[in-house]
Amino acid sequence: MSLDVAIRHSFGTFSLDIAFKAPPGLTVLFGRSGSGKTTIINAVAGLFRPDAGRIAIGERALFDSAQRIWLPPHKRRLGYIFQDARLFPHLTVRQNLLYGRWFAPKSGPQEPLDNVVEMLGIGPLLTRRPGGLSGGERQRVAIGRALLANPRLILADEPLAALDEARKAEILPYFERLRDETSVPILYVSHAPAEVARLATSVVALQNGGVARQGSATEVLGDPSVTPLGAGAAGAVLEARVTAHHPDGLSELTAGDLRLLVPHVARAPGTPLRVHVEAQDVMLATRRPEGISALNVLPATVTALRLGEGPGALVQLDAGGNVILSRVTRRSVAALDLREGQQLYAVLKAVSVAKDGIAGTDPG
Amino acid sequence: MFQLSPEEWQAVALSLRVALWATLAALPPGIFIAFALARWEFPGKQILNGLVHLPLILPPVVTGYVLLLTFGTRGPIGAPLKEIGIVFAFRWSGAALAAGIMAFPLMVRAIRLSIEAVDPKLEQAGATLGASRLWVFATVTLPLILPGILAGAILAFAKAMGEFGATITFVSNIPGQTQTLPSAIYAFLQVPGGEASALRLVVVSVAIAMTALMLSEILSRKIAKRVAGT
Repeated sequence: MSLDVAIRHSFGTFSLDIAFKAPPGLTVLFGRSGSGKTTIINAVAGLFRPDAGRIAIGERALFDSAQRIWLPPHKRRLGYIFQDARLFPHLTVRQNLLYGRWFAPKSGPQEPLDNVVEMLGIGPLLTRRPGGLSGGERQRVAIGRALLANPRLILADEPLAALDEARKAEILPYFERLRDETSVPILYVSHAPAEVARLATSVVALQNGGVARQGSATEVLGDPSVTPLGAGAAGAVLEARVTAHHPDGLSELTAGDLRLLVPHVARAPGTPLRVHVEAQDVMLATRRPEGISALNVLPATVTALRLGEGPGALVQLDAGGNVILSRVTRRSVAALDLREGQQLYAVLKAVSVAKDGIAGTDPG
Repeated sequence: MFQLSPEEWQAVALSLRVALWATLAALPPGIFIAFALARWEFPGKQILNGLVHLPLILPPVVTGYVLLLTFGTRGPIGAPLKEIGIVFAFRWSGAALAAGIMAFPLMVRAIRLSIEAVDPKLEQAGATLGASRLWVFATVTLPLILPGILAGAILAFAKAMGEFGATITFVSNIPGQTQTLPSAIYAFLQVPGGEASALRLVVVSVAIAMTALMLSEILSRKIAKRVAGT
């Protein structure tokens, strides 16, 4: 089952006109604050009514301005995970978890409470009330509550944004399991490239009130013309695989024809990984540099060049079948005489490759 | 030494009955109107708000006289009600009506404040989980505003116990029928040698008021703790 969204809405000075299709799996709505991400997800939830458009899950329309269909939120059968958890303070964790089940149709398959509790590791919290839980615990309960409502679609609005780095690392694996272990499509709002790189089955990049590009994380993040967060935050995603662990603490990955060395990754050889390489961590050299401390020096070909409005430029490279972005200055572009099709070398710092961008993707 | 005469007892019992019924009857419309004022935008909202608050601002005698004009046996509402056997004028039920109307603004204010303190985002969360508006109200809003409802009810009860002007204007001061505590105290003070009776009723009034206040304090603390979710 997939989600079809096409909405138009005018907010005076800002107008939104977007259309996309979210296939099964996890679709990330990716864009900066104020790009309309939350408006879109609230329209899908029924909390915001756009001027015109159509929203449908499979064949079932939730909203169709042409046919005057507008289902209220409680008839949409969704599981909405909010940024601020929004657990009911007067109910215990168990009562919170079962709240949606009370209203869900009794027929059809139901996710057993025990499975969800075990998957999220919230067994010890069941009798407690939300007031005494940590931010990470609350968000896990919120995930369980959404899942147990037996939804046909899960919505998540920046569910990690209010958490610190340690809590983010605690919650991320649960979204991976949600993506991989349930058949329910997930629409996930984020402005964090690392989350996109790690979670997305499909990415919808929003820019200027429209969809700039939709595709896989590799395609969208590797496109120099799509930088919803600005060129400074651009970065490509490589689909890699662990090949070996070296005795000096480094791990070896392969991505296409490339070999990368990164600080130790606690995964068995053969495990697929996504690697996030920020554009600002990639330097370019026209000749192979020698006497350089960087371990990853990759032969590459310039495939696209995008000059920004300021002094910067984004260079898209093909390196052994992978797309990499590099952020350089316009002055460097002129000095190196960069052109499409040019052969050169991309210099990656090992640390930058590892910087909270490495994540496992379960192929299952 | 502190022995209430049957007549004094009558006034105490009647006052409790009047205040209790006034409070109970005012609660459902009180919650509804408080919710409407807190959460809905509709034409005439300010007029409704004004009407609700009118008894707080008008002299009680005016309210009592308006009640007499409308709910009296010849009034536009009182006459048809009389046809079906309901009479308010000069009955204890009339005293309850007057007390309820005088207490209504206090109750609505307290409940409205507590509804405005409930985060609508929680109600949205309930809706996305499949609860209709009515269910959201019953399972999310209502439990969260219980402390406010209780506070409003206690305030209304206290106001109803003490209501004098509107009551005496609307239903007079008939011992055993409409003579509530304040009317009885007033009546005793009008006759020679009635000071002792009046004083005893004053002591009873203070005792009832203190008990109600302490009870509400204890209850609202318990509920607030539950609602805070710790």
